[in-house]
Amino acid sequence: MTEMLESTKAIGRPLRRKEDAKLLHGRTNWTDNIQLPGTLHMALVRSPMAHARITKVDLSGALARPNVVAAYDAASLGDLNSGVPCVWPVTDDTVMPPFPALTGDKVRQVGDVVALVLATDAASAEDAISFVDVEYEPLPAVVNMVDAISPGSELVHDMAANNTSYVYNLGGGYADEVAKHPDAVIVKRRFVNQRLIPAFMEPRAVIAAPMGMSDEITIWTSTQIPHVLRVLLTLVTGIPEQNLRVVAPDVGGGFGGKLQCYREEILVIQLAKKLGRPVKWTETRSEDMVATHHGRDQIQDIELACTPDGKMIGLKVDLLANMGAYLQIITPGIPLLGMFMYPAIYKMGAYQFQCTGVFTNTTPTDAYRGAGRPEATFAIERIVDEMAAELGMEPMEFRTKNWIQHHEFPYTTVAGLTYDTGNYEAATAKAMDMFGYKALRAEQEARRASGDPIQLGIGISTFTEMCGLAPSRTLGALKYAAGGWEHCTIRLLPTGKVELVTGTSPHGQGHETAWSQIAGDILGIPVEDIDVIHSDTGRSPYGMDTYGSRSLAVGGQAIKKAADRVIENARPIAAHQLECAADDLEFANGAFTVKGDPEKTVTLGALAWAAFSAHNLPDGVEPMISGEATVDPEDFSYPHGTHLAAMEVDTETGKVRLRKYVCVDDVGNQINPMIVEGQVHGGLAQGIGQALYEGAEYDSDGNLLTASLADYLIPSAADLPSFETGTTVTPSTTHSLGTKGVGEAGAIASTPAIINGIVDALRPMGVTDVLMPASPQNVWRAIQAAKGAQA
Amino acid sequence: MIPGKFDYVRPSTVDEAVAALVAGGDDAKVLGGGQSLMPVLRLRMGEPSVIVDTTRIDEMKGITDAGDAVVIGAGVTHDDVAKNALVREHLALLAMTTEHVADRQIRHRGTMGGAMAHADPAGDQPPVALAMGASFTIAGPSGRRTVSAADFFVDYFTTAVGPDEVLVNVTFPKHTGWGAHYEKFNRTAQAWAIVGVAATVRMDGGSIAEARIGLTNMGPGPVRASGVEAALVGASTLEAIAAAAEHAAEGTSPNSDIHAEAEYREHLARVLTRRAVAQAAGL
Repeated sequence: MTEMLESTKAIGRPLRRKEDAKLLHGRTNWTDNIQLPGTLHMALVRSPMAHARITKVDLSGALARPNVVAAYDAASLGDLNSGVPCVWPVTDDTVMPPFPALTGDKVRQVGDVVALVLATDAASAEDAISFVDVEYEPLPAVVNMVDAISPGSELVHDMAANNTSYVYNLGGGYADEVAKHPDAVIVKRRFVNQRLIPAFMEPRAVIAAPMGMSDEITIWTSTQIPHVLRVLLTLVTGIPEQNLRVVAPDVGGGFGGKLQCYREEILVIQLAKKLGRPVKWTETRSEDMVATHHGRDQIQDIELACTPDGKMIGLKVDLLANMGAYLQIITPGIPLLGMFMYPAIYKMGAYQFQCTGVFTNTTPTDAYRGAGRPEATFAIERIVDEMAAELGMEPMEFRTKNWIQHHEFPYTTVAGLTYDTGNYEAATAKAMDMFGYKALRAEQEARRASGDPIQLGIGISTFTEMCGLAPSRTLGALKYAAGGWEHCTIRLLPTGKVELVTGTSPHGQGHETAWSQIAGDILGIPVEDIDVIHSDTGRSPYGMDTYGSRSLAVGGQAIKKAADRVIENARPIAAHQLECAADDLEFANGAFTVKGDPEKTVTLGALAWAAFSAHNLPDGVEPMISGEATVDPEDFSYPHGTHLAAMEVDTETGKVRLRKYVCVDDVGNQINPMIVEGQVHGGLAQGIGQALYEGAEYDSDGNLLTASLADYLIPSAADLPSFETGTTVTPSTTHSLGTKGVGEAGAIASTPAIINGIVDALRPMGVTDVLMPASPQNVWRAIQAAKGAQA
Repeated sequence: MIPGKFDYVRPSTVDEAVAALVAGGDDAKVLGGGQSLMPVLRLRMGEPSVIVDTTRIDEMKGITDAGDAVVIGAGVTHDDVAKNALVREHLALLAMTTEHVADRQIRHRGTMGGAMAHADPAGDQPPVALAMGASFTIAGPSGRRTVSAADFFVDYFTTAVGPDEVLVNVTFPKHTGWGAHYEKFNRTAQAWAIVGVAATVRMDGGSIAEARIGLTNMGPGPVRASGVEAALVGASTLEAIAAAAEHAAEGTSPNSDIHAEAEYREHLARVLTRRAVAQAAGL
């Protein structure tokens, strides 16, 4: 390590990540790198049709191919053809159609799996799948959500009338509240929050094997959720939980796309058990584009009412949320994670929300970085700009007039959440200063006056979000099946080193470094002497894994509590050695010292050896120093921030350039500011990606048109400016470390900032919205439509 | 990547390559830098029986001065084309355009000859070959022949190179002292062009004496904007260039796809032609 720091000051330092040497030197252990003797390789026969009845599956051609060992369709797999689980029925009457791992009757999306082939090498398996003879009787594809819920539409599932999974309502009283204000100004918009593909760098892979002499089956899989997956795989396969070990080796990104229990994981483990040998599957990028769940995809009808002088009265939101063809792990719940966030940072009298979950013949949707909250933040921050324009107010001034002021915290919003802390004024003032807000407004005026073909717009997003999932009781009230706690065990080893076992499951976040910083500070042990053990149910049996910006917000509290318990568990041994009462000891910098007698001191490391040797322990004290804690968070955490984008728009071609991006995020106390900044950067790239580049598009037959990374565009470093990031620190009062989540903030905040900036540039031309992604053609069309409307 | 099975041969001369292609029949494919062929194999859009690797054929590697022309071997990488002193001095438009091909990694592997023979309508260099009057040397079982750019590009992904032939080199007439500019319009830095306009002009006393303009992705193959070229002669003002550029979409037949509708491509061709010519002319 280049930075040798006093361990007591590790928290708050931008330490280089322990993980990076391994990543940079190629010493990683991706799932696909795992090679076990006797492995069978699985290849899948995927449907080329979005909706069709299967009239024939003939496996004989594939079985005759070289090196093919077995092949199955739904019928021949029989009882082992388990269903893919959904654990979040959001209402009592949510329609949850069966989702068998292999489809037997109908295919319902391009990429649905009809059959599988197992061969002794991957190439033979891949070659053989084209010899499985499948005949389809095509059915009309249901692609568009508005059509899907119209009477008489073709049904994706016969059991789901009007292709509706559920209708969820929250709040109410909007009309009554508006009626109190006869002069209310109302702005309505329909926003389309388009479908996205997670596009993590490492495609999914899974290998399962019966291990050793026990009944254990181990599954290595590129997942974010080894612990949750173990429970789900037990529930769907019947393999006893105690015999199932789930390992997430090095995982190359997830963004929610690996927060799932996938059909391929189920198939691999069932086949490994049935055949008694390892079974492996690694997806191609092309497969990933149709087979990994997608994100977003909402049609948002939103209505905001204000007094003529710019005070918010109420908000009404009506969503169509695309479930895709099936419900996966938390598909129905994703829009509800956004449901609480539409009122955002604003004070108002009424809020009314409705969401309809709609089935279509498309890839299922589920969590993608932000999961519901980016959609909500986009809609509210967009309509706030539209309302400001309607009222003739400066958009930041309009926000200032309606947001919760820092002295009003804790504040219970109209959606029912209680935000513990926040300081929107401070973050905004800092961001505007870094941005040069006034100078850019002046330049905007000058360009407008001169009729410059390159117009300038300023995009604002003053966001907050709820993250750090989540208080278990709240999850229960929302009908989510599991809890939201997190676990940590800290063990002192005989030589004074430390094992920290966490239930979080990093896949790029840097937990090994940050968790060491937390425990190192509390225990007074150098960061490099702490080994963080994670992502393996054999070594780290308890946990709820990594998603929803929860790992630090929840898992960090478990680390703190476990570390505090280590100290308390060591205290009697220290008192015994120093021959004093336990209460006479104080603990600092890794050592117990008798109060008032600094010569009488013993280090934790020495106590660890004393516990190990156990030669001289006080009566009743066990020869082991460790601490365990399982923490259920008191509340969500509510990071916030102000994001500002300067957008140049070429009015002749519609091409936009992000010239400058400034954000000031308040994520509370920071353990490692470099990691915080990295999280913000990555989130920004993905949020800006949604605004400008990304969008999964289907044709009317349900074919995914953006099925490769040549057509589904994700931004690279060359497409983005150097972000100018800053922070304010308003510690959370409901989290013991004062931290808040940061993993999703950038992705949540940035999308509306970009689109608001484009619309702001073009508003004098009559443009009031631009479809996402704001491709040059979409921007050009918006300009042409506005010109046409004015002509 | 798991492609279908294929045989692999690596000849060291053009004649050996031709012989291998003849032996391989219709299913033989030439491998240059692999930047177009590998995706085809990976996606199993093609399953050739034999791949003829031309990367060890010395004759296809050099860039030579042929008096009034520059001859570029089909196996020269984009990066070597863009950085070559002869190309930069005499074929400024080609150098400039080649710098915009895909990304740095691809430019170090991919070859200009391969890109020409692949003939993607979104390719950056075919319109340059067309506009600058390049000619293509093709070797086959009955010897060598030379084909003009106008005859070389036949249709989508189709050239005059037959299944048993190999492109040996491309000859560009020198355009020494001509101004040049390439306007590539794409959505992300490494994406294909939605539309590209390659313009090179010879100035004479402040006005345009001659202009050569090629369009990318405005039809099944590269398109030469002849109407613009004619209208530009004598132009000395931005207004005159703008008026000439209004002809840019004439005679084109662009596709509609998820990135752009045909109508939008036609609009872009006009705007980008104006900009490219103005830059090339230094006006």
